[in-house]
Amino acid sequence: MSTALVLVSHSEKLAEGLAELAAQMAKDVTILPAGGTDDGRIGTSFEKVQEAVQKARSEGQDVVLLTDLGSATMTVESVLDFLDDDEKEHVVFAPGPFVEGAVAAAVGAQVGSSLTDIVKAAAAKELFA
Amino acid sequence: MSKNLDTAWALAWIRGAQEAMAEHRMELIDLDREIGDGDHGENMDRGFKGAVQKLEGGANSIQDVLKAVAQTLMAKVGGAAGPLYGTAFMRMAKAAAGDSLDSQGVVAMLAAGLEGIQARGKATTGEKTMVDAWAPACEAAKAAADGGADPAAVLRAAAAAAAKGAADTIPMLATKGRASYLGERSIGHQDPGATSTAYILAVAADAAEANEAPEEAA
Repeated sequence: MSTALVLVSHSEKLAEGLAELAAQMAKDVTILPAGGTDDGRIGTSFEKVQEAVQKARSEGQDVVLLTDLGSATMTVESVLDFLDDDEKEHVVFAPGPFVEGAVAAAVGAQVGSSLTDIVKAAAAKELFA
Repeated sequence: MSKNLDTAWALAWIRGAQEAMAEHRMELIDLDREIGDGDHGENMDRGFKGAVQKLEGGANSIQDVLKAVAQTLMAKVGGAAGPLYGTAFMRMAKAAAGDSLDSQGVVAMLAAGLEGIQARGKATTGEKTMVDAWAPACEAAKAAADGGADPAAVLRAAAAAAAKGAADTIPMLATKGRASYLGERSIGHQDPGATSTAYILAVAADAAEANEAPEEAA
């Protein structure tokens, strides 16, 4: 089972830039940016996040979501609440620093780590030790 | 003489909330500029406009109204208020399952909203958030209902407590959300989320009083 990343940022550019950065060490990983509101303002979009999750799931991939700030996390948690119960083990939020966490998670996904290990990598604790 | 709240009340409430958010848009923006990212007024205005549009064709129950509001706020509000109010309205929709709400029904609905906000935002009282308006509102509503107040009076008590709760956030130090980054500098400003909560509950009471009036006159 491969794992995709969904990067949820208040800024569309930040999500896209981070997807670009994280892809550098993870050329085979699906990295989906979900930044900004539906109409391109600063903020997060329930629908953008939900669509990214559904896209990855429709390809049969597990999904790890990362966020840039607290309200992005609340949007992600709202999306997770709306998932069917049997989907919940395939779609997880990974708390951690956005940039370092995304890079670490992308590398984890590239080398085929388990969902649990990717979430652990996204916490990127060693980088701050 | 005490009139239970019905679907017409719920629709009037949300229309009132839309008007209140439009009216206080700049005030909420200014409050949010002081200690946040300055988008609260814009987001709430956009969210409730969307909700009113979605409800243009009417609704069959209080639950339908609240659910439509929840979905719209989650989809349209880009800031933290989207998931917070969205979850509050979703939980209130679940709690307001019957044809109408009596006084204890109003209490249960408000309590469910507060629970949703706390589940989503992981905040408690004293942290300078909308919880500081919702929590006293719930307490006041319960006290009023237990004392025999009708649904409109229960909502009025909740609204008054929310307004006081919002004002009481001024001396608080923010420890949740974006305002917490400001540390001590967050002191001296009223929390925008608590403020919008007070407005939303005030128009809920307005709608209930308007709903009650024709029957009493009859």
